[in-house]
Amino acid sequence: MTSRDPAAIEVRDLAKSFTLHSQGGVTLPVLRRLRLSVSAGECVVLSDPSGAGKSTLLRAIYGNYKPQAGEILVRHGDRMVDVALAEPRQILDVRRRTMGYVSQFLRVIPRVPALLVVAEPLRALGVGKADAIERARAILARLRIPERLWGLSPVTFSGGEQQRVNVARGFIAGHPILLLDEPTASLDAASRALVVQLVHEARQRGTALLGTFHETDVRERVATRVVSLSEAEAA
Amino acid sequence: MTERALLTVRGLSKRYGDRVGCLDVGFNLWPGEVLGVVGESGSGKTTVLHCLSGRLEPTSGSTEFLQRDGSVVDILRLPEVARRRLARTDWALVQQNPRDGLRMGVSAGANVGERIMAVGARHYGQIRGQALDWLSQVEIPRERIDDLPGTFSGGMQQRLQIARCLVTRPRLVFMDEPTGGLDVSVQARLLDLLRSLVADLGLSAIVVTHDLAVTRLLAHRLLVMRGGEVVESGLTDQVLDDPQHPYTQLLVSSVLQP
Repeated sequence: MTSRDPAAIEVRDLAKSFTLHSQGGVTLPVLRRLRLSVSAGECVVLSDPSGAGKSTLLRAIYGNYKPQAGEILVRHGDRMVDVALAEPRQILDVRRRTMGYVSQFLRVIPRVPALLVVAEPLRALGVGKADAIERARAILARLRIPERLWGLSPVTFSGGEQQRVNVARGFIAGHPILLLDEPTASLDAASRALVVQLVHEARQRGTALLGTFHETDVRERVATRVVSLSEAEAA
Repeated sequence: MTERALLTVRGLSKRYGDRVGCLDVGFNLWPGEVLGVVGESGSGKTTVLHCLSGRLEPTSGSTEFLQRDGSVVDILRLPEVARRRLARTDWALVQQNPRDGLRMGVSAGANVGERIMAVGARHYGQIRGQALDWLSQVEIPRERIDDLPGTFSGGMQQRLQIARCLVTRPRLVFMDEPTGGLDVSVQARLLDLLRSLVADLGLSAIVVTHDLAVTRLLAHRLLVMRGGEVVESGLTDQVLDDPQHPYTQLLVSSVLQP
């Protein structure tokens, strides 16, 4: 390790496979003895082609996938929490205070307007309703979501609009760790540039970012380091 | 986290002769946590709920409950009078069929008001004021306060039952298929309402349902039951997105995507 900063994410010897019981118990290995660390202020980009396990790694770090072996240490306040072993309520606390996640798709909740979808991570941190909504308005405006849509549920939004709502929700709370799974996938060039800017600002605040970006131009503009999973896996 | 569990269930079993209702079920429920219990009909999920909410006597096991004063009682071994007092002040049960949880012969306002009176409120104006406040929280128009629940739609009846349950600020809410008999659009509204009430009031709840989409929206954590036993448990999105047990994989993959 050349990095002098203490790691915000430290993955050690991570193994993840999927056993499909309905299909004769076939086991698909995805990650083997993977080692990776991300420090505050870094934006590490995973470079592998699709199917290599990039999303699987991001989901495992977020606690959404359950690994078979290894440690996933994340800096949570002043201690390291091993997401691979943590109790559900600990993982929820890590997500609330430390770790945000922007996926490719927005999981839409019926009836909840975009403004509240975006404000929710702040509300979960205890920010007052008026304050949280004001900040949600600001970031939605910045991401060029038309104001007439703010009061509507994103159910009827276009793919690009949903994706921008997702980005707004992911960046609004200023979490110290951000996981980004193709956050620019369905965005036009202008919106992609906004996401690049948000990544830069997050890095300046000391956020540790780990992500995948399909477009080469975005990747080149955000990455402080490019890592391939095959290199990160011990021989 | 040095917080104490609100409810600690150990070795809970219920046998009907040779047949097993539930077997050796154990879990902690933490303050502010919503636990979903999922499984198909006959999996034992409703038996667990009935044993915990006092409607069924378990064959063995213990259920420790953290009281407001910080002391812990085993609710299964509590004298009937004390258990009924806790049921009135600290617990609430939202039933699948609102007709089972409401008194159909008295007005909507009385359905909510009599729960507050049961825990000691006497001032008529205050009781009516609180009832009105709760009706608006569950999105029932104020002018319906004197109407009988029988004149309400199914969705409204269910929302009224929720108001009746929550008005006393219970510390633990049991929900038995709360969105069960409702149309999909009505379900969405009710779910959204439950979601915000649970978050705003910091409720602890145990929600039994066969509907996995309901648990994704409401529950922090899941227990998956089959044949009376818990076969898998964990963080809700992890269990649904990366199920480990063959039965959970089957359940998750059997959900139709509209």
